[in-house]
Amino acid sequence: MPTSTVGAQTPAKASEPASAPDPARIARRRRLTQWGFVAPAVVFMLLFFGYPLVRNVVMSFQDYTPKTFFTGEAPFNGADNWSNVFQDALFGKALWHTLVFTAGSLLGQFCIGLALAVFFSRRFPLNGVLRSLILLPWLVPMVVSGIVWRRILDQDTGVLNSFLDTLGIGGHTPWLTSPEMALLSVILVNIWIGIPFNMVILYGGLQEIPKELHEAAALDGASAWRTFRSVTLPMLRPVVTVVLVLGFMSTVKILDLILALTDGGPADATQTLGTLTYQNSFVQLDFGAGAVVGNVLILISAVFAVFYLRANRTEGK
Amino acid sequence: MSKRFTSLALTAHPPAAARRGRGRSRRVVAPFTAVSVLVAGAALAGCGQQRDADTYTVMNSSTDESYHRWDAEAMARCGKELGVTIEQQSVPAAQVMTKALRMASSKSLPDIVQFDASEMPTFADAGGLVDLRTLGLSTDDIPDGIVDFGSYKGTYYGAARSVNTLALFYNKDLLDQAGVEVPTTWAELRATAQKLTRGKQYGLALSAGGAEDGVFQFTPFMWSNGGDETDLDGPKVVEALDYWKGLLKDRSLSKSTVNWTQADVNDQFMAGNAAMMINGPWQVETLNSDTSLHWGIAPIPVPRAGDDSVGPLGGAVLTVPNTGDEAREKTAGKIVACLASEKEQLTYALNSWMVPANAKAAAVWREKVPELDSLADQVAVARSRTAKLGAGWSSVSLALQSAFQSALTGQSSETALKRAQQRATSGN
Repeated sequence: MPTSTVGAQTPAKASEPASAPDPARIARRRRLTQWGFVAPAVVFMLLFFGYPLVRNVVMSFQDYTPKTFFTGEAPFNGADNWSNVFQDALFGKALWHTLVFTAGSLLGQFCIGLALAVFFSRRFPLNGVLRSLILLPWLVPMVVSGIVWRRILDQDTGVLNSFLDTLGIGGHTPWLTSPEMALLSVILVNIWIGIPFNMVILYGGLQEIPKELHEAAALDGASAWRTFRSVTLPMLRPVVTVVLVLGFMSTVKILDLILALTDGGPADATQTLGTLTYQNSFVQLDFGAGAVVGNVLILISAVFAVFYLRANRTEGK
Repeated sequence: MSKRFTSLALTAHPPAAARRGRGRSRRVVAPFTAVSVLVAGAALAGCGQQRDADTYTVMNSSTDESYHRWDAEAMARCGKELGVTIEQQSVPAAQVMTKALRMASSKSLPDIVQFDASEMPTFADAGGLVDLRTLGLSTDDIPDGIVDFGSYKGTYYGAARSVNTLALFYNKDLLDQAGVEVPTTWAELRATAQKLTRGKQYGLALSAGGAEDGVFQFTPFMWSNGGDETDLDGPKVVEALDYWKGLLKDRSLSKSTVNWTQADVNDQFMAGNAAMMINGPWQVETLNSDTSLHWGIAPIPVPRAGDDSVGPLGGAVLTVPNTGDEAREKTAGKIVACLASEKEQLTYALNSWMVPANAKAAAVWREKVPELDSLADQVAVARSRTAKLGAGWSSVSLALQSAFQSALTGQSSETALKRAQQRATSGN
């Protein structure tokens, strides 16, 4: 390739010394070049996002069973899968759990993450060391955290209950074994996992805010709280949107953490849309029903994405 | 690569002839387009797989180092005997089915798949398996129960090398200290467990987790009591579940039972947190790693003296998927026959502590490991989970998990099982 490049240039230069460039052709070439750069991304998106997405929607209207993998035939069955899934009491439960899980996780992760980010944006000894220690949960794979937390939260032999016991408070809390507590426990673990991400992004956002603004506020005699509310938060808004949207996307489709912690139990108390899709598709091998739940998840995410784009557009104006 | 980027940078130079720019921009575009085509091509080509004439592939779930090694050794011996190379491809147990289905749709199935026996009917039902009898495998010397275990709708699709079931494991030292005998009936089990429950130590540990593990553990209680998976809200099943609830109420079972897998149960037993446990022979290797632990094994107690202790038959079966290549399927059949031969079964069973499927091999095995005698007795009367429901087992299993978890966390057994039966019959 390199030699041919050099070889091709020299004779070309000699044979057509002064042909005038045609502006229309240049424009066309430029467009072609531009498309050349865009093409890989478009191909990639179509192949790995467009195709599965369309396939998933189609699949939700098909009777897609293990037989389909051999015969390739998946007869369309109208809205059967959809009505079956919507009639299932478990679906309503899972939808509710997903909403509670997502809202609870986001709220917890964001508030604690923001508090830590503000805390670490001041200078004090060991600041860097502590900050990197707080990043640890981020480095641990989700499944590993799930397994470790399952042990920590064990009602009788878990470390957390032993610890609470020595303090004399709630030593026998049924963290993962009572249907009333399990969802809350799962949310708490997810908050623990999500704090570093929120903290890092918000910390970065805080560094971007010019120091002068805070100085000016101080000169005007604003209290720390007032400065935070009227200067820090508004300046942080774009970063906040990013954090919340990314957080939402990763939280709403939660699967691995719940499988590792409770397997959706006890008594379906921690079933979410994610675990339901998994159960339908890969345990019961009813791929049509699994696709329906998957599509509902996509719809929820899409609605949120539209709101996000709207918010960004008005901000731009 | 670096050259390509250099030429890209040069295009920015303004005075050079535009035509030169064009030449370069094309050269730049070409690689990018090539990359996209390659990506697309690779994605599509990944589906098809070329088969090597003398290499046969076995897909199994032997992801544990020891099991993987035992299987590799057995395959090497059989490969030598038959003059072929046998490759082992191990994937986690939960992925065997979905992976096999994906491979079926891309026509790249391995020559032999080892399915968990409860999953085999689903694959057979889809038309994915070859009748082993037509490949020349014999079922002489294999007890009827185990032939049924590897059959779906009367056709013999899966050859089991070894089978297992659940039994009652007990800590000899703890039982001696408390001065109690090994229980044989439900009443005895309840009383013994109560006596053994003190401080941080529970009398009994079992798995009632929200997965197949828990259902597997519930079946001996359901079946020994005369209950049936086709009638989940029948009085016999309700009674069995009430028995579990009773153990929990006595505090003989930890409340964490609903969150434990069978492996967790074994950990609790080994840590001395439980004096007895319901578990299977696949834990023996781990149990023996702790020489200070003196454990014994007995059949799972029955509702009334004289009842049969009916446990679930567990284990994997070797199957030959329907690839359409008859010559290869024939050889695959020979490989299965070799791996499931009397000699190989015995080797495998002695390694893995499971019971050989072949009656003759089982007789030899009994002499060699007399301490596991009760397991062999229990296997002889054990029942297959899918014998009645076939491919319909998975929805019943899911409904049942939810039911016993609801019951153990407060609901009445009757309400929970009524709901389960509804869910199982409506399919959602």
